[in-house]
Amino acid sequence: MTSLPASPGAKKLGLVIDLDICVGCHACAVNCKEWNAGGHSAPLTDLDPYGKDVDGVWFNRVHSFEAGDHDCGRTVHFPRSCLHCETPDCVTVCPTGASYKRAEDGIVLVNPDTCIGCKLCSWACPYGAREFDETDGVMKKCTLCIDRIYNETMEEVDRVPACVSTCPVSARHFGDLGDPESDVSRLVAARQGYDLMPELGYKPVNKYLPPRMPKRQAAPALMPSEEVAAKGFLAWLDRMLSR
Amino acid sequence: MSFLSPPDRVDLSVKTADEVKTTTCYMCACRCGIKVHLKDGQLRYIEGNRDHPVNKGVLCAKGSAGIMQHNSPARLRKPLLRTGERGSGEFREIEWAEALDLATGWLADIRKTDPRKLAFFTGRDQSQALTGWWASAFGTPNYAAHGGFCSVNMAAAGLYTIGGSFWEFGEPDWEHARYFLMFGVAEDHASNPIKIGLGKLKGRGAKFVSVNPVRTGYSAIADEWIGVKPGTDGMLVLALVHELLKADRIDADYLVRYTNAPWLVVRAPGTAGDGLFARDDKGRPLCWDKRTNAVGDALSAEVSPALAGTYRLADGREAIPSFQLLAERYLDPAYAPEKAAEVTGVSAETIRRIAAELAEVAFSETVTLDVPWTDWAGRRHQTMVGRPVAMHAMRGISAHANGFHTCRAIHMLQTLLGTIDVPGGFRYRPPYPRPAPPAVRPAGKPGQVAPGQAMKGPPLGFTTGPEDLLVEADGTPCRIDKAFSWEAPIAAHGLMHHVIRNAWAGDPYPIDTLFMYMANMSWNSAMNVPETMAMLTDKDSSGAYRIPHIIYSDAYASEMVSYADLVLPDTTYLERWDCVSLLDRPISDADGAADAIRQPVVTPDRDVRAFQDVVLDLGVRLGLPGMVNDDGSARYPGGYSDYLVRHERAPGIGSLAGWRGADGSSDGAGAPNPDQLKRYIDNGCFWQHELAPDQRYFKHANQSYLAYAKSVGFVGSTDPIILQLYVEPMQKFRLAAQGHGPVQPPDRLRARTEKFFDPLPIWYPPFEHETADGFPLSALTQRPMAMYHSWGSQNAWLRQIHGANRIYVGRRLGEREGIADDDWIWIESRLGRVKAQVRLMDGVNDETIWTWNAIGKRSGTWGLAKDAPESQRGFLLNHLIGDVLADGAPNADPVTGQAAWYDLRVRIGKADGPPVSEPQFQSLPRPPGATEPTGLLRYGARFRGRS
Amino acid sequence: MHPAVSIIFFTAASGTGYGLLALLAAGALAGHLAASPGFGLCAFGLGLGLVGAGLLSSLGHLGHPERAWRALTQWRSSWLSREGVAAIATFVPALVFAGYWVLGGSISAAAAVLTIVGAVVTTICTAMIYASLKPVHAWRNPWTVPIYLVLGFYAGALWLALLVFAFDLQMPGVSLLVAMLGLAGSALKRGYWAFLDRGRADSTPETATGLGTIGKVRMLDPPHTESNYLQKEMGFRVARKHSARLRLLVLVAGFGVPILLSLLANVSGTGPATFMSLLAAVLGSTGVVVERWLFFAEARHTVTLYYGASHA
Ligand SMILES: Nc1nc2c(c(=O)[nH]1)N[C@H]1C(S)=C(S)[C@@H](COP(=O)(O)OP(=O)(O)OC[C@H]3O[C@@H](n4cnc5c(=O)[nH]c(N)nc54)[C@H](O)[C@@H]3O)O[C@H]1N2
Ligand SMILES: Nc1nc2c(c(=O)[nH]1)N[C@H]1C(S)=C(S)[C@@H](COP(=O)(O)OP(=O)(O)OC[C@H]3O[C@@H](n4cnc5c(=O)[nH]c(N)nc54)[C@H](O)[C@@H]3O)O[C@H]1N2
Ligand code: SF4
Ligand code: SF4
Ligand code: SF4
Ligand code: SF4
Ligand code: SF4
Ligand SMILES: [Mo]
Repeated sequence: MTSLPASPGAKKLGLVIDLDICVGCHACAVNCKEWNAGGHSAPLTDLDPYGKDVDGVWFNRVHSFEAGDHDCGRTVHFPRSCLHCETPDCVTVCPTGASYKRAEDGIVLVNPDTCIGCKLCSWACPYGAREFDETDGVMKKCTLCIDRIYNETMEEVDRVPACVSTCPVSARHFGDLGDPESDVSRLVAARQGYDLMPELGYKPVNKYLPPRMPKRQAAPALMPSEEVAAKGFLAWLDRMLSR
Repeated sequence: MSFLSPPDRVDLSVKTADEVKTTTCYMCACRCGIKVHLKDGQLRYIEGNRDHPVNKGVLCAKGSAGIMQHNSPARLRKPLLRTGERGSGEFREIEWAEALDLATGWLADIRKTDPRKLAFFTGRDQSQALTGWWASAFGTPNYAAHGGFCSVNMAAAGLYTIGGSFWEFGEPDWEHARYFLMFGVAEDHASNPIKIGLGKLKGRGAKFVSVNPVRTGYSAIADEWIGVKPGTDGMLVLALVHELLKADRIDADYLVRYTNAPWLVVRAPGTAGDGLFARDDKGRPLCWDKRTNAVGDALSAEVSPALAGTYRLADGREAIPSFQLLAERYLDPAYAPEKAAEVTGVSAETIRRIAAELAEVAFSETVTLDVPWTDWAGRRHQTMVGRPVAMHAMRGISAHANGFHTCRAIHMLQTLLGTIDVPGGFRYRPPYPRPAPPAVRPAGKPGQVAPGQAMKGPPLGFTTGPEDLLVEADGTPCRIDKAFSWEAPIAAHGLMHHVIRNAWAGDPYPIDTLFMYMANMSWNSAMNVPETMAMLTDKDSSGAYRIPHIIYSDAYASEMVSYADLVLPDTTYLERWDCVSLLDRPISDADGAADAIRQPVVTPDRDVRAFQDVVLDLGVRLGLPGMVNDDGSARYPGGYSDYLVRHERAPGIGSLAGWRGADGSSDGAGAPNPDQLKRYIDNGCFWQHELAPDQRYFKHANQSYLAYAKSVGFVGSTDPIILQLYVEPMQKFRLAAQGHGPVQPPDRLRARTEKFFDPLPIWYPPFEHETADGFPLSALTQRPMAMYHSWGSQNAWLRQIHGANRIYVGRRLGEREGIADDDWIWIESRLGRVKAQVRLMDGVNDETIWTWNAIGKRSGTWGLAKDAPESQRGFLLNHLIGDVLADGAPNADPVTGQAAWYDLRVRIGKADGPPVSEPQFQSLPRPPGATEPTGLLRYGARFRGRS
Repeated sequence: MHPAVSIIFFTAASGTGYGLLALLAAGALAGHLAASPGFGLCAFGLGLGLVGAGLLSSLGHLGHPERAWRALTQWRSSWLSREGVAAIATFVPALVFAGYWVLGGSISAAAAVLTIVGAVVTTICTAMIYASLKPVHAWRNPWTVPIYLVLGFYAGALWLALLVFAFDLQMPGVSLLVAMLGLAGSALKRGYWAFLDRGRADSTPETATGLGTIGKVRMLDPPHTESNYLQKEMGFRVARKHSARLRLLVLVAGFGVPILLSLLANVSGTGPATFMSLLAAVLGSTGVVVERWLFFAEARHTVTLYYGASHA
């Protein structure tokens, strides 16, 4: 199980995150926490929740960066969760088989009943997508909301990850990135979606859409109207206007 | 093999809930629709209600953390009576009966003798329709909610100019705008709608420009960020106006049709009529009709009004169209981009380019909707044509002492471009537009307040001239907060930020009881916190507190609780009935009026009561009119939910507009419907009346819309609402300052009144900037999207996102001052100093530093550990912000009295010593009976049978 | 990377144990060591004890030690699993070898060979756990495996030398062995440190975020204001000055002094030689522990790029 699926299916479920419009509101992160606190990996333990060293398990965390210098740069809010990589070492390093990648849709999961909590998978994940639950002694991570996306007790429209359905600006998209015709694949193609740390060869399924750079509208410069230049406000004197 | 690695038991189709109930979120004032999933009677999940007009299914971080708000260890559990010194936080628990008896005793005495001695102020209000009515019934003018320190500049500027406003009264046309200019917004009340809108707008490729000293949040995703110097936007906007006027790129047709641009202004310097509109004997404004070449009725549809020229009135006086005054003013080189560049720090080239872009989009990319409509005069138009430039502004504009005028300037810019309530522009949200200004005057003049009597009229309203002010014959303010006095003539929302100081000083008179609700007034909503705390606890020479009684209703152990003598614990938002009424701050969007309720989805596990129930109960005990029957029995024995259904403000108009009429068949107006709440619940706890397509734009002049608005009581008549570029009431105050009329300002305020009551927008430097020599930097706060003022810190999930705050300093500024990332610095204002930890950044104006608002907490409050980061590394800028200026005048907008939070000027320098923020105040004890916070939170484990 | 005591002890102790076992086997095969029961008891006790203690200590790192056996199942892909399997498998020849030696007073050549193979393989597996981790530049490089091997043998040799002198056995090569391994080890470490100081991970804040096309990327705000598991586990930082001092300590006290002491012991009488080689072994092992601490503490994980690190 810990080896990657010998014959991975064509389906590669994942997220596409649009950095051009993410306002960094943390809604996806908190809604993820809320859903998953009682979901497949329940609970998402919080240590010292009202104290000095509060620290909790989160499957999605929103960072903020600045890219470029001073006014020429951009502030970019950057949500980070498991990328459900195609060839992730977090799975292969796992000594127990608890960490696995599903052949049918590519989702990377941890089996809480067999994980020994050696933390090696978290070392092997370059992206920091694995969260150790000290109290449970097991590794936890984004499940791509597997208990929503196939959930037959839910309405069809609700069968998307919690973070996707809650994002107020619609910066998060969910779909099959293995199908070039899917909405998400088209979006990635149209907007030059990219991989994080491609140099490591994990082949993330999740893609990020780059921020678009400042737009300077090509508007013709305003020229003083000859009339106004000549007559000042009296330029408006002769107009016939009706109410 | 399966023993060695047994397959994961993934249950793909778990049933999440036993029951799903709808209600309305109140993790902030945006008021989104939510679906609360309950499992085994516990909160399992809260999600957005997809059908809801506000949030359309999405939820923000705060809303998603509602479970933790509800389970907060900071929740109050029982009424508390102070036992120690005020401010010590020492209380004992008492029964409700005792609490209500006490309060009734204090209040009954006041009402019998001098009702003004009750100051009733509410903060994060959503029940103003109830509380304002209650105050009137009690008979005190000393009532307001928090608007005076929040955004009255926006509300007043908008309502006096366009009869609507940004804030919650209007929104950009997210569907059609091609250019969106946003001033000073970090989050705003329409949290989710703005985010949904920005997503759409950017998705369509429209250009989004954010004017803001700081580049985070919305500004981060702007296509262009303009890092303006704080307090200077007015100048920027007026320079844009200058450029547009010069190039003659304004919508003259729009001005003539919908605004007072052609109205004739009398030019008779030195006389009492100078600067007022020329009117006929029926009081109708006049214009110069070019068809007849004579003075004409400016309100008639038949005239062809002139926008310029000097004309003679029948009485011989000279008059000119107000537009000419406007053009004369802003064509002046004083408003040239070069001049504005010096003030704003935005280059002249950028200002010119933005002006050109605005003009290009407005005039070359018009949006035409194939929707025939009829205007106010009955003329049919085949299409709706709009100039797709939208604007929005909030506290970056309002929280300055020049905010009223700056906001007016923005509305003027919008109007000159012809973008008010047109496709692609700014859109009113019903019940707006209303006549500019709305026809409600504040009550509370001398003679309107009497012992044992209700006040005939609401405590808040809109003054149109000196005669509407609430002042004694000698000019002394009638209200404890001095609202509607010469200090702040257009203080439409009252001035909550002056109440504590004035009550302490007995200026203009001493009060007996300060009754507050949902406002953390000894902390993050106070200016000059240390002094405020001192005033709350100060005693007179006899050893009695200078503010004799303080009653406070909160749901949580906030900083303010410790300053109350009597604490009335409220429910949480998931435990009570609430009403988001059109009579209050509505949740409508531009396509339709809407209101909503909150229903209890869980039962309180504590001895707490909904404040609205308590207020009505007190009303009954005090025998207040409207709350009792003739025999003295309760008019609404069922409490607030009973009141919601049966109370009528005017015949047929009640708290809720949906499903009225005995059978629930009328919309908007109609007899009370006993089944109304059930109908709301069945509909997801909200009601929305969608406007017909032909009513959705030009609402100020749209026959069909105006007829509808009148039928449901939004407006009093179907007359068009004329946008007021030139605001005549301002001139009336100015004339009084010049010595005209019976009600005149005291001499010390004459010059100031004359200067600031300009009927056209002006820009002047904020007072603090002018006087704070040696304090070269502006210091601002921003709303964090994941935290609501003080009340998010008790939330185990949200506090992980913002458990402490940094002071953000520009990298260049940091280099100049020798300050590195993570350093600790002193931030010093003329009031004192605060120690905080630095984060360097690029995206901030070079003369500005900023931090997140209200993250800093007082040690021991909010159910947090005494050494929680909120108190150890969190801090407030409020300690540094004066409620009064160095010379004792209010640190406020001279027109509206709006608190000038963002005028704060500081200097910075490296600090040493331990890495702890300063000042630190004495740690407060947990209220008696409070739950001990858990050290380990495994919420949700039970839903999966894990322990 | 957070230098967890349990893991430092595990890699240092089991490395030393395997080194010692392998050298015993090699010495015996080469005919330098005769099967004396007393010496055997001590040497095997020490070797197997170190290995066992290391393995036990590694269990202390687990969230679910009672499930540790599951870690033996994934040897097809996981170096950690392979390490577990190899470690346990090595016990078989090692015990047989020890049994022959201590009980039978003889050398089983087959068991000796298998012990050497097992020890080497296990140590390589241990090293590969780290050397295979792409996100950690300080580990995923050609230095890791040789260093683990040589340092294991070096520390093993130090303890072997101590026993040899203590039991007054004639094994003239042992000091030379220590010196050679020590020199090799210190050379490797210096090379490794030069490599660390010179090179950086290919991953940068720019590649981690993909925002390099805009310009230099700096963190503005972390997702949460207090530190989380990832930062505590992966974000450990050691000050440059501190690590320079520790490196020097490793070179001088961990390699230089023990080598000298060993060589000196070789030309001294039994008593002083025993004392000197004990000192050498203690110092050398301490050096290895410090070296291991640095191996973790100096290693930067790519996840830190998301938390403000300018490089990994
Ligand atoms: N430096 C600085 N200061 C500012 C501002 C700024 O931008 N910068 N902004 C100002 C503005 S605009 C505002 S509006 C104010 C806001 O400041 P406040 O009005 O003080 O807002 P909150 O901090 O949310 O406090 C409201 C109180 O309501 C209580 N509460 C929460 N829920 C309930 C409930 O259900 N029932 C009852 N009875 N009580 C409840 C909370 O516990 C809290 O004590 O801050 C102002 N202060
Ligand atoms: N999440 C969340 N939402 C909230 C609240 C909350 O506490 N949390 N509070 C609610 C309340 S009470 C209010 S009043 C609203 C306020 O909503 P906002 O108006 O968004 O309030 P602020 O955060 O004060 O944002 C002011 C913005 O103006 C900028 N600014 C300051 N000075 C200037 C200036 O001179 N010019 C320009 N152009 N910009 C300037 C600041 O950098 C900041 O970005 O938000 C409401 N919504
Ligand atoms: S992001 Fe990390 S945890 Fe997720 S699949 Fe990739 S390597 Fe594994
Ligand atoms: S922590 Fe659990 S899932 Fe991760 S590698 Fe170890 S056993 Fe596998
Ligand atoms: S897919 Fe689900 S588990 Fe993953 S980040 Fe989104 S909400 Fe969290
Ligand atoms: S919810 Fe959407 S906008 Fe908000 S942080 Fe997440 S991705 Fe960004
Ligand atoms: S914006 Fe967020 S907190 Fe405010 S009402 Fe909506 S969901 Fe609730
Ligand atoms: Mo506010």
